[in-house]
Amino acid sequence: MAFIEIRDISKSYGDLPVIERLSMTVEEHDVVSLIGPSGSGKSTLLRCITGLEAIDDGEILVHGDRITGAGVDINALRRDIGIVFQGYNLFPHMTVLGNVTLAPVKVLKLSKAAAEERAMALLTRFGLADKAREYPDRMSGGQQQRVAIVRALAMDPMVLLLDEITSALDPELVSEVLNIVRNLAEEGMTMLLATHEMGFAREVSSKVCFLCDGAIYEEGPPGQIFDAPARERTRAFVRSIRDARRI
Amino acid sequence: MGANRASSEVADASGSARRLNIGGMPSAPTMLLLTALALAILVEAASLYTIAVMRAALLQGGFSSGFVSAASVLLALISVLIALPLIRAFLGWRDVRRAVARGDVVAARVTGSGARGQGWIVIGYGFAQVLAVLAGQFLLANNQAVTKTFFFVPLMAETFPLVLKAFWINVEIFTVTEILVLIWGLVVALAMLAPGAAGKPLRIIAAAYVDVFRAIPAVLVIYLVGFGVPLTGVPILKDLSLTAFVVVALTLTVGAYVAEIYRAGIQSVHWSQTAAARSLGLSYMQSLRFVILPQGIRQIIPPLLNAFIALQKDTALVSVVGVVDSFNQSMLIATNHYNLSAVTSVAVLFIVITIPQSRFVAKMMQRDRARLQGGGA
Repeated sequence: MAFIEIRDISKSYGDLPVIERLSMTVEEHDVVSLIGPSGSGKSTLLRCITGLEAIDDGEILVHGDRITGAGVDINALRRDIGIVFQGYNLFPHMTVLGNVTLAPVKVLKLSKAAAEERAMALLTRFGLADKAREYPDRMSGGQQQRVAIVRALAMDPMVLLLDEITSALDPELVSEVLNIVRNLAEEGMTMLLATHEMGFAREVSSKVCFLCDGAIYEEGPPGQIFDAPARERTRAFVRSIRDARRI
Repeated sequence: MGANRASSEVADASGSARRLNIGGMPSAPTMLLLTALALAILVEAASLYTIAVMRAALLQGGFSSGFVSAASVLLALISVLIALPLIRAFLGWRDVRRAVARGDVVAARVTGSGARGQGWIVIGYGFAQVLAVLAGQFLLANNQAVTKTFFFVPLMAETFPLVLKAFWINVEIFTVTEILVLIWGLVVALAMLAPGAAGKPLRIIAAAYVDVFRAIPAVLVIYLVGFGVPLTGVPILKDLSLTAFVVVALTLTVGAYVAEIYRAGIQSVHWSQTAAARSLGLSYMQSLRFVILPQGIRQIIPPLLNAFIALQKDTALVSVVGVVDSFNQSMLIATNHYNLSAVTSVAVLFIVITIPQSRFVAKMMQRDRARLQGGGA
């Protein structure tokens, strides 16, 4: 049984179909990269998995348990599925420590001391310990995005969804964020990332899915997708990426 | 190819084909300075005349002649200050002429700009002085009738304790109302934003309440509640004091505005904040309480304080149902003495409490703007 199984899901915004009959599976300790042109449905797929968007059709299973549709405890689900956004979305009125401890205290019901201990351990591990008392707007984009990852990790999720987490960053800040993801991949964290960082996707992924028009057009190990894509549109996409020297 | 073209263009530019044209030798701003001079002479004449009339009136009013003369001389000196920029303007004008004679374009531009600036200062301050003279003449008109009607100091001094005591009623009413409105407005705002199909009736009722009470003039609500509820004889309600009725009436009216302010503040928080909060497993209410409201409240403090300032002034409306607030008290005094100076005292009291708050709000908004511009995303 697959860890996450997505069966024939569809999602449209009004008349605009974004995801059309998409199916895929994610195994435990997999790092799956979602690549593809803008508007191909990568972000929407991640938002559907964490229930921020309701799907119109199909189903999503985790450990064989259906997590979509009516009656699902969406708050419980989100405890175990973390997501990090392109725009960081830190809470600007709270310090870094406040951001990281809010959900563990209010949702997991940890004591404040326990939550802070857990938060400080994570912040220390990712080189952010000295920023614990800082407010987000006084930090660089790279630091904010690292805090956002720590905030998601503080919930001890089973899987982490990363939605183009380096797209809003200045080029010199990208590597500090990617290093964390690399680190988590080595540790065996199950991750699903929508990304435009092709070189990185190739390096860390166990599987790469090329999305096109709201469905998986081609999937396979990174070597296959980037070096020997089987289907035409994948080839065109990879060629244009190579022409832009982004791989 | 491209490089060749670029370099030939550079050669053209440094050659004789095109020259920078920002005007030749400037002329002295003679017309402007003559206008400024004429205005200054007129204003000064009017000022001195007004000061003379004021002096006569004050002497007649029994003020000591030493004090009156000193005050008149001081005012006259202040009125003459307009000559300073005028003199600077004419000195500048002379420098322009000299620079032009020397053929020094740059110096002529610099001095000309300075002279023109001083000329405009004379005109700007001159007009302000005209307004001051007109105001002074209005106060002195008809043997100082205006002054005696609105600013009769002996009566103001005599009745001030009474007015101040009544003003305390206004303070009481608006303080209690502000506290109630803070709570009531939030309740209504949350009802306006009640989620889902279950929340729909609540949303409709809240929206209807806000629309209705923003449509009815506050004075009508006060009148209806203040006179109407005792007439209905509804148990408990009918036994409340008149002050309690007007507090309820004002809370209903201002609460509608404040609910809108809260709602706007809550909705001004970007949806991505809700997405982040919910994706961490926080419930709707938890997201609202820990993430959305704290950010929304910061945004609404300036409009909230503005609503409070308006409320404070609206407390003068409670006189329609017979609450003896400062306005009502001053009207009684006005009737007894056939003089409005006590009402002026009330106006002064409102000014004294309102202006610091307005300034505070303005400062706060300025700070928020600066932070927004500095903060970027």
